[in-house]
Amino acid sequence: MLADMIQRLFERSVDDAAQARARDGQWLADVWAEVEEMGLPLALLTEEQGGFGLSLAETGEALRLLGLHAVPLPVAETMAANRLLAAAGLPLAEGPATLARADDLAVAGGRLTGTVERVAWAEQLDCLAVAVGDTLYRVPRSAWTIAEAGLSLNFHPRPTIRIDWTVDASAPLPYCPLAGGATVRAYQIAGALEAALDLTLSHTATRVQFGKPLQKNQVVQHELAKLAGELACATAAADLAGEALDRGDVLGVAAGSLRAREAATAGASIATQMHGAIGFTREHRLHLYTTALWAWRDEFGGQVMWAKLLGQAALDAGGPGFWPMVTEL
Amino acid sequence: MSAIPFPAPPADSDAVVALRAEFRAFLAEQLKDRSPRQRSDNWYGYDRAFSRAMGQAGYLGMTWPKQYGGHERTAFERAVVVEECLAAGAPVGAHWIADRQSGPSIIKFGTEEQKQLILPRIAKGELSFGIGMSEPDSGSDLAATRTKAVRDGDVYRVTGTKVWTSFAHEADYVILFCRTSGTPADRHKGTSQLLVDLKNTPGLTIRPIIDLAGQHHFNEMHFEDAVVPASMLLGEEGQGWDQVMSELAFERSGPERFLSSIELLVQLIEVLKTRQSDAAQITVGRVTARLAVLRRLSRSVAGMLQNHQDAGLQASIVKDIGALFEQGLPDIARELIDCEPDPRAASAYASVLANIVHNAPSWSLRGGTREILRGIIARGLGTR
Repeated sequence: MLADMIQRLFERSVDDAAQARARDGQWLADVWAEVEEMGLPLALLTEEQGGFGLSLAETGEALRLLGLHAVPLPVAETMAANRLLAAAGLPLAEGPATLARADDLAVAGGRLTGTVERVAWAEQLDCLAVAVGDTLYRVPRSAWTIAEAGLSLNFHPRPTIRIDWTVDASAPLPYCPLAGGATVRAYQIAGALEAALDLTLSHTATRVQFGKPLQKNQVVQHELAKLAGELACATAAADLAGEALDRGDVLGVAAGSLRAREAATAGASIATQMHGAIGFTREHRLHLYTTALWAWRDEFGGQVMWAKLLGQAALDAGGPGFWPMVTEL
Repeated sequence: MSAIPFPAPPADSDAVVALRAEFRAFLAEQLKDRSPRQRSDNWYGYDRAFSRAMGQAGYLGMTWPKQYGGHERTAFERAVVVEECLAAGAPVGAHWIADRQSGPSIIKFGTEEQKQLILPRIAKGELSFGIGMSEPDSGSDLAATRTKAVRDGDVYRVTGTKVWTSFAHEADYVILFCRTSGTPADRHKGTSQLLVDLKNTPGLTIRPIIDLAGQHHFNEMHFEDAVVPASMLLGEEGQGWDQVMSELAFERSGPERFLSSIELLVQLIEVLKTRQSDAAQITVGRVTARLAVLRRLSRSVAGMLQNHQDAGLQASIVKDIGALFEQGLPDIARELIDCEPDPRAASAYASVLANIVHNAPSWSLRGGTREILRGIIARGLGTR
């Protein structure tokens, strides 16, 4: 099964040393080569588009595993970018890619110019799928330079790029890139929260204070229960977003994405507190997940943007229309 | 891997889509004169006429065998009817306990005679049930129960006191959890369940317990050498603990665990829709997301029940998070609109807010306190 293969790959190749290299800005070329060989960049495509025709449950599991191992490569971004490019009928990425919305890019005389902020691993990408208004552009790596460095909270590059490109690959925009990006992030958040719960259970079972494992304290047990609840919400939220993306329902994506972001905040906080000071260090693996959760919850449109979108729809529905709207999400 | 699994809920079948539409039309007609304040009573609104209408239309005992007046529909179809009732603020109190937990317990453990006697009348919306679990000295610690039932020929003689029984003053029956042998020190052992006829039991006195809102839902049931026919023993003598745990699983799994204050959200949106602000949109958006995800978790539980999977742990998670959600709504509303809540106000918003503020504290107490639920979840995670 694909999930088992992914699990084995990341268990073997994304160890603490690899994480440290990625944190220093190094590109894990050997891991990326294996990711490509496995076909992961095509995982969100239908069979007609050249994918494997995986079910939503299978693709969701693949995305969760990216979170569970805090994979320090833009795999989820590439999957989401290829899904969008395929839907638009544009050529797929031939390497790592990401997707963005940048409405202030200028389009004039067949040229696309301007800057796009916070592009993950921009130096290493093959292309960028960027929406300007109602058009999607497939911008190749040769068309941009790095304008300004940028760093995510988990210390991966997110620079600003300057594009100057004679447009040769564009199509009507099938759906908002932020919806695709927010959906894959929701699954990654669920995966990272599962890792955080695993680590927290293990730490509180083995760490002895006042003569007994932390976990034997009722107050600790209740925090673990809350963390399990946040994980359940994040997992359900990711599935909700994934199903909504498949039916082209941006409100459902908003709902799932928002709740996953909230779970990232609450879950990271509980996990850190339950670890005590060691959870605040780089000596313990927890930081891989907490810093990723803090980064991911603010990417591909923030909490405010998604909440306003969903909230406005709910207010427009009005009191009597509210519940029927909820049952459609 | 420590995650507690919530399988994806089944997609809505054509039958479910049709049922939802048909049932919304039924509710619109039934509830056309119900005020927002009345709707905000949610599942503790009590109206025998509404329950009879539900029964006549085939919306009670939906999953039960036809031979007992049921309709042999799926657990998922029943879940649709339940969530639509709650979302609309239907007065479900007169059939709520019977349809949700007492009837299913009787199907699982009852004698043929008990099934014939009781189930068809619940399905018609004619029989109302209360819960007979808590006592003055054993609330969350149910195994400390002291109410004693002593076999005497073909009757049990019952002595003891039960509390927090909603609508005991209106209802027809309770399933009484009691001790048929030993002492409270025996804990789970020696407990049993009896079907008690509230209208015809000599030695039973029912007294009101008025809640902080001045409302009379709760009661104290005092049994003084009360006589219950031995034929009304539910299940096996001595097996009461396992039976009552099974009953609680029915009680903890439903959408009433996050929709209790939905009418406040409806009224809040109604007020804010004509004066939209960034703050209003952001807050309502976040609340809507939480609700949508809770609903998905609850539907996942319904799917598990339909497949006869044990969902006790999942139900505890839904109830814990659900209670926080429904209890949090008044304070979220208060951050957006200045309003003095007033239980008797003519304004829909002020009266609904008052009713919700008054009742919200009970939602993390009844059906398993927050602390008990978190203990169950922690145990499920392997911590004790």
